[in-house]
Amino acid sequence: MNSTATAAPRTSTSMTKWRKPDEVPFLRLEGVVKRFGDFAAVDGVSLDIYRKELFCLLGGSGCGKTTLLRMLAGFEQPTAGRIYLDGADITEAPPYERPINMMFQSYALFPHMSVESNVAFGLKQDGVARVEIRRRVAEALELVQLGPLAKRRPHQLSGGQRQRVALARCLVKRPKLLLLDEPLAALDKKLREHTQFELMNIQEEVGITFIVVTHDQEEAMSLSTRIAVMDRGQIAQVGTPTEIYEYPKSRFTANFIGSINFFDGKVARSEEGELTVTVPDLGRDLHVRSTRQLAIGSDVSVAVRPEKIVISRDPLDLPNSVRGKVRDLGYLGSVSVYRVELENGALIKVSAANTRHSAEREVDWDDEVYLGWRATSAVVLTE
Amino acid sequence: MSGAASEEPSGSGRRRAFWLSGRGLVSSIPYLWLLLFFLLPFAIVLKISLAEPIIAQPPFTPLFGPDGSLQATIDNFLFLLEDSLYIVAYLNSLKIAGISTLLCLLIGYPMAYGIARSPRAIRNILLLLVILPFWTSFLLRVYAWMGILRNNGLINNLLMWLGVIDQPIQMMNSDFAIYIGITYSYLPFMILPLYAALERLSPDLVEAAEDLGCRPWKAFLTITLPLSVPGIIAGSLLVFIPAVGEFVIPSLLGGPDSLMIGRVLWDEFFGNRDWPVASAVAIALLLVLVIPIMLFQRMNLRREGA
Amino acid sequence: MRRRNWFLFSALCFGFAFLYGPILSLIVYSFNESRLVTVWSGFSTRWYGELFRDPQIIDAALLSLRIAAVNATFAVALGTLAGLAVARFGRFRGRTLFTGMIAAPLVMPEVITGLSLLLLFVTLEAAVGWPSGRGVTTITIAHITFSMAYVAVIVQSRLSTMDASVEEAALDLGARPWKVFLVITLPIIAPALVAGWLLAFTLSLDDLVIASFVSGPGASTLPMVVFSKVRLGVSPDVNALATIIVGVVTLAVIVSGWLMIRSERRRERDVQAALADRS
Repeated sequence: MNSTATAAPRTSTSMTKWRKPDEVPFLRLEGVVKRFGDFAAVDGVSLDIYRKELFCLLGGSGCGKTTLLRMLAGFEQPTAGRIYLDGADITEAPPYERPINMMFQSYALFPHMSVESNVAFGLKQDGVARVEIRRRVAEALELVQLGPLAKRRPHQLSGGQRQRVALARCLVKRPKLLLLDEPLAALDKKLREHTQFELMNIQEEVGITFIVVTHDQEEAMSLSTRIAVMDRGQIAQVGTPTEIYEYPKSRFTANFIGSINFFDGKVARSEEGELTVTVPDLGRDLHVRSTRQLAIGSDVSVAVRPEKIVISRDPLDLPNSVRGKVRDLGYLGSVSVYRVELENGALIKVSAANTRHSAEREVDWDDEVYLGWRATSAVVLTE
Repeated sequence: MSGAASEEPSGSGRRRAFWLSGRGLVSSIPYLWLLLFFLLPFAIVLKISLAEPIIAQPPFTPLFGPDGSLQATIDNFLFLLEDSLYIVAYLNSLKIAGISTLLCLLIGYPMAYGIARSPRAIRNILLLLVILPFWTSFLLRVYAWMGILRNNGLINNLLMWLGVIDQPIQMMNSDFAIYIGITYSYLPFMILPLYAALERLSPDLVEAAEDLGCRPWKAFLTITLPLSVPGIIAGSLLVFIPAVGEFVIPSLLGGPDSLMIGRVLWDEFFGNRDWPVASAVAIALLLVLVIPIMLFQRMNLRREGA
Repeated sequence: MRRRNWFLFSALCFGFAFLYGPILSLIVYSFNESRLVTVWSGFSTRWYGELFRDPQIIDAALLSLRIAAVNATFAVALGTLAGLAVARFGRFRGRTLFTGMIAAPLVMPEVITGLSLLLLFVTLEAAVGWPSGRGVTTITIAHITFSMAYVAVIVQSRLSTMDASVEEAALDLGARPWKVFLVITLPIIAPALVAGWLLAFTLSLDDLVIASFVSGPGASTLPMVVFSKVRLGVSPDVNALATIIVGVVTLAVIVSGWLMIRSERRRERDVQAALADRS
């Protein structure tokens, strides 16, 4: 299940916005494996990452993303495979010899040093002249807006401030690659949103390639230029947030990001880029636009996102339409989430924006409703 | 030295290279010291326990005779088994150490529990008060009991002054005095591990038990006590093992017939100048203690891994 | 909880009375005029004077202090390396033996350690001529051997509770392992090292059995001198000595306790200030 950067069915102009299509990858992982005894934490990962990307490794706990990150930093040695950065093989280089810096989840600020000394530490190791150190430290602190706190000690700072010191400490060295381990995990919701934008701005400003490890889909979707979804030590899919969300390649990826509904069936017809899938106990065929070439009779799942489904008390004029009864209604303020039971007993999740006041709500509990979606709103999955 | 490359790919190849690395160099300094000054001496004790005493300097026969033949005898060990003095001393030591450990437990457990349940602010002060006597001299604290237990010591004087007795009670130079001495001196070693184990217990557990209808005493017996067993074992080992070989307390507070093996070893060595027998006594003592010591080592390893 | 309070409270009271009663009696009787120590005849400080005029005790005390200081310093050096190896170097060949050798001195009966070390020195002297005669050197070596075990345990424990990612961060920023240890790890674990030094110092100062075994003519430590005195019976100048020691220790504990509380309070204030101003 290795995949390098793939093109979506439509040429993604999003990628070419910040890189040339034929550019050489900046960071390349080739068949990287990490075994602890019999257990393979990372099981054959190959990846290409380009300059100035804000790349996300996304996955649940135990998927191997942190191990992968630590191998990039140099704290773990791959059992097999190679890692190339800017053309050089860094697989066996110790952490203090790599032009890579890491921002730790716990921030790992040196408790016995001031903010200034913390940020200056890396430059001192490089033997940079003292005057130059002072200048660059001041610059870095300005960048993260911590200038006035330079003389403080870590325990005198709030969590958000500590994180910014950790960031400054890395950036001041102008590394080729910056690794971030769950950067937003320890922050509360408001701070998280704010920091997300700050991180993106800083990254654009300094133009360093970022690799972020996270388990939070929202974080990954909003921060990154591209995401690699990981599962059990392997990459499930790599792509831009849009690609991953709209064109998942497997049930795992589809299920992992956001919510999704599956209809299992067999391919009945395949013509002109549109597939017709027979779903046995549904009593009707589903129509999906797809460029995939699939044999008649092959087993497939039709995957539809809840927000792509229209829910109405009246019949719908859409290529895909089913009937059901509303079993559950979740009012989330801006959006309502419905669980609709179809004739065959399947529970379908539908979400719709509350365009009207809740008192004028159209659809309510136990209503008989029609669900419908376009042929372009679904994806066909074979895995 | 710190951090990097924790788990190496399997195979002893990588581990063999350890001793040639910077880390190996650092580790070798204390390692060699301990090998030379801790482990090697035991081998030497073993060797001498297999020798014969002679009037010479040093006072035992060398391992290899002038003709290169091996000169080893187990006479010393047989001697230990024949003369009932030694067996009595060993058994007595085990008995005294065992009872003292129990006494330490009986006094120390409520104290440890009390400290663990006291408000946070006072807890550290109480712990400090427990440890403070430890920082004063062990010898002097045992000496203090001499002044308390002797015939015209504190207790007897007080009781006579109060009119409770008119003849002093013989307390010194007895097993009783040894029990008090050991319990007193080793109490902090029992309290601290017990406290550590009890402190880790969340008070929620006992409250949940009581909420479900359990009486306080029962809650203690079925919840708190079982969960504090690791602390009990640790404290007991820390008291029992060194107590078996105690010398100072039996020699200052004990009587001529309260034989403990530490004293026997000392007398064999300094009194009789019989080094081989003293060595045999030491080896035998080690053998007696090897199981508790390995238990202790296993507890430490498990605690590390946790 | 209130029902159990009186039981635990009285247990604590009894326990502490038990712990401190004898010490108090030592102090009280040190001011007793009478040579009979426990038969009160009046208040006097003459025994303190006699104590300071006794050359045997003074010499022994100075010797013991010297040995204790040297021992503590070496024990901290060796023990720190040992603790570091166990806490940070992962699984290496011989690690089990290593941890065993560090744990064993903590429980080993002193007669065994003393005897075995003496026999070692005798054998070494016969084989290679060193150490020539036993005395200060052999006592110091013996003390270092068991002290380092205590220090190693303290250091190991401190290292395992410390946030090791700080060390990784330093490596990541370009510092080599030995530098990380000196500049990052050592300052962070420094209080543990101080505690270890004090512990090793105290253990050495207090040791009777091992010193008796490995000592030689002319090298009498304070515990050895005190022991030979009290074997014969109670002696009031010993009470005076005990009082002085208790006094010094109590003072040291109070001072260090006060210092710790003060720095704790300052930290608290800083943390509160940081939380308040969330700029």
